[in-house]
This record gives sequence, C-alpha cells and structure tokens, in this order.
Amino acid sequence: MMTDQTHDFPVTSEAGARLRIEELAPEARFSLRVRPTNAPVLGQALGLDLPGRIGQIAEAQGRKALCLGPDEWLICAPEAARDAIVEAARDAYVAASHSLTEISDREISYAISGPAAQELLSIACPRDLDRLAPGEAVRTVFDSAQVVLWRDGPEAFRLDVWRSFAPHVRALLDIGRAEIDAGL
Amino acid sequence: MLLIHCPYCDETLPELEFAYAGEAHIARPEDPSTMSDEEWRDFLFIRSNPKGPHFERWRHVHGCARFFNAVRDTVSDRFLLTYKAGEPRPDLASLEAAQ
Repeated sequence: MMTDQTHDFPVTSEAGARLRIEELAPEARFSLRVRPTNAPVLGQALGLDLPGRIGQIAEAQGRKALCLGPDEWLICAPEAARDAIVEAARDAYVAASHSLTEISDREISYAISGPAAQELLSIACPRDLDRLAPGEAVRTVFDSAQVVLWRDGPEAFRLDVWRSFAPHVRALLDIGRAEIDAGL
Repeated sequence: MLLIHCPYCDETLPELEFAYAGEAHIARPEDPSTMSDEEWRDFLFIRSNPKGPHFERWRHVHGCARFFNAVRDTVSDRFLLTYKAGEPRPDLASLEAAQ
C-alpha cells in the first residue's frame, strides 16, 4: 500500500563521522531551589561555587552545577556521590533552608557530536545556537518537549530529555540525521 | 515568531519558550469576604482589553521558569518593554515617547 511506503535513506560512509548520537549512562541529578542569599552556604556544602548567571556551569570533583533560574540550579554528579550530596545538603538545611529534589530518573541524556551537530539540533530547537557558548547550558524546548541543552564544545552537545518525551525526541534526531546524511 | 526579552535571563528568546499569563498588575483583594458579588466578578473576569499598549504577564516557562511583566502593543504585537515581576508599572507616556 502507498501509505506503508518508507524511504531507505542511503547511509553514507562518512555518516558516522559527521554526526554521532549516543545515549549516555545514568548519573545522579538533583534540582536545587534556594534563595540567592543562601546559595553560597549550599555551594560550600556541595563543594561547588554555585554560578549566579543563568546558563553558567560550575564544575568541581566531577560534580556540576548549572544555573537554570534566579533561584534554581541543576546538580549533576557521578552516581557514587548521590548519598554524599543528600547528606551534605541535609546538614546545611538549618543554616540555609532549601529544597533538594532527586531527579536522576526523570531524564535521559543524549550526546550529539560532530560537524553537523548544530544543524541537527536546529531542526527542532528555536534558540539561536550560535549564541550558546561552549561551556554553557540552557533549558529550552525541542519540538515542544522541554530539554536542558548543554554545549560542551563547538561541535559537542548534550540533551537532557524527560523520560516520557525521549522516544519522540530520539526519533526526531534519527530522522534528522538520516536527512542530513542523505544531503537533504 | 515573536522574540521576547526575558528580564531574568537578560536575553531575547523565541516565543516558543514562553507562556502568556493574562493581564498584569491585578492585585488580589485583601479581604474578599467583604466584597460584593459584582466587585468579585470584576476582579475575576473583567479585564481592560485595550487596543494598543497592554500590560500583561508572561512566563519564561521553558527557560528560567519566572513570571515577568511586559508591555505589548495589541495592534502591532510589538513589545515596548519587559520588566521583572514586582517592579512598578512603567509610565506609558514616557515609554511611547522613547519608541
């Protein structure tokens, strides 16, 4: 039937070199909400200098803190550091009240790299990606699914997608890659 | 697509990241139980709906998640100004003079 027709885009030999999409291993993730005046106390407890500008990332001992909003940070760390982070934040609660919510299982991360990475993301991300500098990250949308987009390098991005949106986002990325590979 | 300046992110970003949230500067009555039905109705439902500059709330929901206020011309869709929530209502005459 006509409606069942699909196109087999030829996968060229350079395909792998131009674009790589990988699902990353799980890591511990926390959403931290704290008043900016109390942020330094929490920063000290977590061993990070919580950045003050939206989009900025601080990194120390494998832990990362991304400023998502005026009073909101995303903390990422190796899974082994999960309990230590929870404990450190609990000890700091008296000095600085805050909310630390574990969201490790909420999102799936994809690494997208290669010379065509920015072009691939531009199919569904409305942001001007030229203005996202390497070493920064922002919360934005990817075809109406909320994502956190990290730019690790000029040609290296990471996409944190909510678990339930992940199949849709992954399918779009795969279609986009096939079209870019086919030269469309 | 509209481009909207978020006063918290201090960046001009695509409309898709934002959500409209109704007219701005509508204070909740301090003592609702003393109000008449008509006053309560006016507070809940009656809005200015101007043709021209409109004070309205927006939320940068797929970004910093903050509510902020904006002045948008409802005829041209042009944003005259965006400012943080809690800041006083700007003077319209000086805004239009600045344009």
